[in-house]
Amino acid sequence: MKPPRFDYHAPESLEEALDLLADSGPDARILAGGQSLVPVLNFRLARPGVLIDINRVTGIAGIGDAGDRLTIGAMTRQREIEVSETVARAAPLLHEATGHVAHLPIRSRGTIGGSMANADPAAEDPAVAAALEATMVCRSRRGERRIAAAGFFVDVLTTALEPDEMLVAVEIPKIPAGAGAAFAEISRRDGDFALAGVAAQIALANGRVSDARISACGLGPAPVRFREAEEILLDGACEPAAIAAAAASVAAACDPHGDVHASAAYRRQLAEAMTRRALASARERAGGSA
Amino acid sequence: MTATSPDGYIGRSVPRREDRRLLLGQGAYVADLVLPGMVHAAFARSQLAHARIAAIDLARAAAEPGVAFALDGAALAREMPPIGGMQVTAPKGWAERVEHRIGLPPQNLMASDRVRYVGEAFAVVCADSRYTAEDAIEAIDVEFEPLPAVVDPETAKEGEILHPDIGSNAVAELHVEKGDVARAMAAAPHRIRRRFRHHRYAAMPLECRGVAAEYDRRTDSLTVWSSTQVVHWVRKELAAALGMAEEKVRVLAPDVGGGFGGKGHVYPEDLIIPYLARRIGRPVRWVEDRHEHILNAAHSRDNIHEAEIGFDDEGRILAFRDRFVVDSGAYSPVGAGVAYNTTAHLLGPYHIENFSGTTEMVVTNKTPNAPYRGAGRPEATQVTERLMDIAADALGMEPAEIRLRNMIGPERMPYAVGLPYRDGVPMTYDSGDYPESLRRAVDEIGGVEAFRARQEAARAEGRWLGLGLGCYTEGTGVGPFEGATVKVDASGKIVVSTGACPIGQGHETVFAQVTADAWKVPIEDVVVLLADTSTLTMGYGSIASRSTVTSSMAIGDASDKVKAKVLAVAAHLLEASEADLELADGRVAVKGVAEMSVTLREIAAAAAPGWLSRRPEGSEAGLEATSYYEPPTVTSAHASSASRTPAGCGSSAMSRCTTLAGWSIPGSPTARSRAGWCRVWAARSTNRSNTTSRASC
Ligand SMILES: Cc1cc2nc3c(=O)[nH]c(=O)nc-3n(C[C@H](O)[C@H](O)[C@H](O)COP(=O)(O)OP(=O)(O)OC[C@H]3O[C@@H](n4cnc5c(N)ncnc54)[C@H](O)[C@@H]3O)c2cc1C
Repeated sequence: MKPPRFDYHAPESLEEALDLLADSGPDARILAGGQSLVPVLNFRLARPGVLIDINRVTGIAGIGDAGDRLTIGAMTRQREIEVSETVARAAPLLHEATGHVAHLPIRSRGTIGGSMANADPAAEDPAVAAALEATMVCRSRRGERRIAAAGFFVDVLTTALEPDEMLVAVEIPKIPAGAGAAFAEISRRDGDFALAGVAAQIALANGRVSDARISACGLGPAPVRFREAEEILLDGACEPAAIAAAAASVAAACDPHGDVHASAAYRRQLAEAMTRRALASARERAGGSA
Repeated sequence: MTATSPDGYIGRSVPRREDRRLLLGQGAYVADLVLPGMVHAAFARSQLAHARIAAIDLARAAAEPGVAFALDGAALAREMPPIGGMQVTAPKGWAERVEHRIGLPPQNLMASDRVRYVGEAFAVVCADSRYTAEDAIEAIDVEFEPLPAVVDPETAKEGEILHPDIGSNAVAELHVEKGDVARAMAAAPHRIRRRFRHHRYAAMPLECRGVAAEYDRRTDSLTVWSSTQVVHWVRKELAAALGMAEEKVRVLAPDVGGGFGGKGHVYPEDLIIPYLARRIGRPVRWVEDRHEHILNAAHSRDNIHEAEIGFDDEGRILAFRDRFVVDSGAYSPVGAGVAYNTTAHLLGPYHIENFSGTTEMVVTNKTPNAPYRGAGRPEATQVTERLMDIAADALGMEPAEIRLRNMIGPERMPYAVGLPYRDGVPMTYDSGDYPESLRRAVDEIGGVEAFRARQEAARAEGRWLGLGLGCYTEGTGVGPFEGATVKVDASGKIVVSTGACPIGQGHETVFAQVTADAWKVPIEDVVVLLADTSTLTMGYGSIASRSTVTSSMAIGDASDKVKAKVLAVAAHLLEASEADLELADGRVAVKGVAEMSVTLREIAAAAAPGWLSRRPEGSEAGLEATSYYEPPTVTSAHASSASRTPAGCGSSAMSRCTTLAGWSIPGSPTARSRAGWCRVWAARSTNRSNTTSRASC
């Protein structure tokens, strides 16, 4: 369980990091919290020739308020997000989801940028990004590129990042007034990757659903919004029948896989149950009656 | 110098000696050892469950930069014998008391012609770092021809044969019987038959295993550091395998980060690493990583039981039959003892006249199976206790009641069980009040009636509460032996060494308590040396929850021998009669005349050989003795536990009665000579008649 040989760089500025990335070619990998990358190196499942450790790079960590959105630096630790009052207030969906990520020591090292760039289909952060239509701010020596979440997560462990690009920040739109959000998931043991998880955010105006966001983790190769289920809810009161119909729609539309942890059929069943739970809490938090 | 505690140290909470270094990060584990010129070993391990090794070529691996040596299993097999087993042969007492057929396969140190489980090593590489060693492992050219994997223990006999020399995947069968089970079962008014599965366990100590070894060419001797519970056993196998005198091999366990039984026997790496150190003339260290540990460190349990009981309307069990299969994995490093231990514990605290137990051990393509904490007992208790509950349910009887009706009452003690123990000796439960123990446990959670009322009320609210009972009787303080050497050294300190190997239990503290009380000295004046073969000629190790009992007995006995000498020398120095002397506070004084005393240090100087010796005429020099405690057999401990759910706000109570080895085995040869020692010990610690209870909510 030791990685094969690699060259190691620990740049201290973003420019230096981007130069190294550009000059090293596709053989280079960025090392953030290392909670996903180090295990795959140790199992020799990945063999990058160059590691660029961005833990010392200044200016790419921290939670900033940018008016209608939060700007969260890529190197912000998941633990910082979990305990941030700003996030709890302005992006409660991200806040709740982060609590489901792994265990405390892992969240203390792991970063939001690492989780997005890693694009594990069972990871919570990408599901939140998809639901909230987050924007991925990417940099390379060539300049900046802003990628919408919908276009960022391409497939299992695959993103739209080019080899010379680094994710520097994630922009998360703030929750509108009168909206509620909830994240529900099932894992066999606390801290495990989810068998299935659902992210939901509902905005109510005069008791009617004015905006609905549903996405999931563990239920397809990459997180997507479940537009059909959202449509079912729009303009309705988000009453139990509508929630049930939306949940059935998510279950039908999702694309789960079966593995040693759970069959595809069981995950589909979980999709329905988790959607129901997430929507019911989101509606309650939005101020809708139970 | 602090004074001796008047009440002694046993039974009191004293600060753990080992904690200071462990809490300050000053502990040292195998992975902390750095030896000059050391190379690092890594093993190539099978990723297939069952395959023939068609071809293997280490040339490319050996040529990797930084590689010092590479060796495959076949080459090693030509130089080193398979690992010796502990119980490949059955204990003497089994000959007439347990029907058995045992043909356990020997385990090659590394796979030479076929691999039999995922994780089995087939080659080893030593290099200047573990990283380079693993690079070289990837450069091994090996060709496997996959064989069908045997995974289901119940159909293992029809599967591909793992060990052609043994000729069958059913490698052992054991049978014991008492009474006439067939008749009693047929005549019983009720019969229940159930299947129970006790799954496979994998111990996960914080520290994985590890071995380091250094060979000294000048003295032709080996020093081996192993994260093990059995240093003397490792030395024995190693010396035998390498053809060396045992005294030329020193095995020690530095700090060990847990074991749970998973480090309780000799593993191939314990022999391979020292072999490599001698072979290449450089220190070698291997630190097992977590991935290796999960695949390769022994697993445990893994039984399937088909059990049947016959009982009458009153709930009395008239007959009990159990037939179970043990999935041993690819080898059986500790033999059939643990399987039989399950049978030996099936009757538990109950009086059942007709019993038959049959065990079949099979080999499958899984990690080898060896005893963990409990060593076969939890498997037995699960079966018996579930049957009790099921029978109670069938009769509409309280689960506590059916147990009480079948329990062996205190008036029957000592109770001859009618079956041999795993050591071959007929089992006798020595003492205890089992029904009282169960009654107390049930009382601790408020009694059955109150619980039923609460249960009914909760059910009306849609909540389901449960009551769980578990009772068992177990053999404790098992042999075959443990050793201890006790000395009073020139400084006057009491130096104790024993074969126990601590893995986190606090042995250094426990044996200091025992020794301080035996000698009536302040605990600071006791030096405890553990897990080092150089300090004790013969030892056994920490297995089977037995170290406090067996090591303490040996320490007590050796102390008695040395104390006799101490008194003789003191009497000589004080010109007093031994009968008038007493030992206290690190000195021997004439009773009632405190001024007339000599310190242990002065006595040690007087007892030393040489021109300045002042010992009595004709007595042997030195204050040192070694004793080996050989328990005649086990003693019996019992506990009943009751717990109510729901979990989280549940409550549980446990009540136990424990006896000490040698304490209450009437007429046993050691019982009398140990009695004085044990009385001190028992009165202050567990106490045979003391019933402790614990409740939590
Ligand atoms: C036991 C365990 C349980 C876990 N459970 C969960 C869970 O339940 N849910 C969950 O979501 N995650 C889980 N994880 C993963 C964990 O949350 C990781 O921390 C996270 O996925 C990756 O973050 P990181 O900062 O550690 O990234 P790293 O491991 O350092 O990197 C991950 C990948 O992203 C790339 N990368 C990192 N940062 C950037 C960047 N700024 N720009 C471009 N590429 C970048 C790296 O090159 C690498 O390919 C678990 C991990 C463990 C070990």
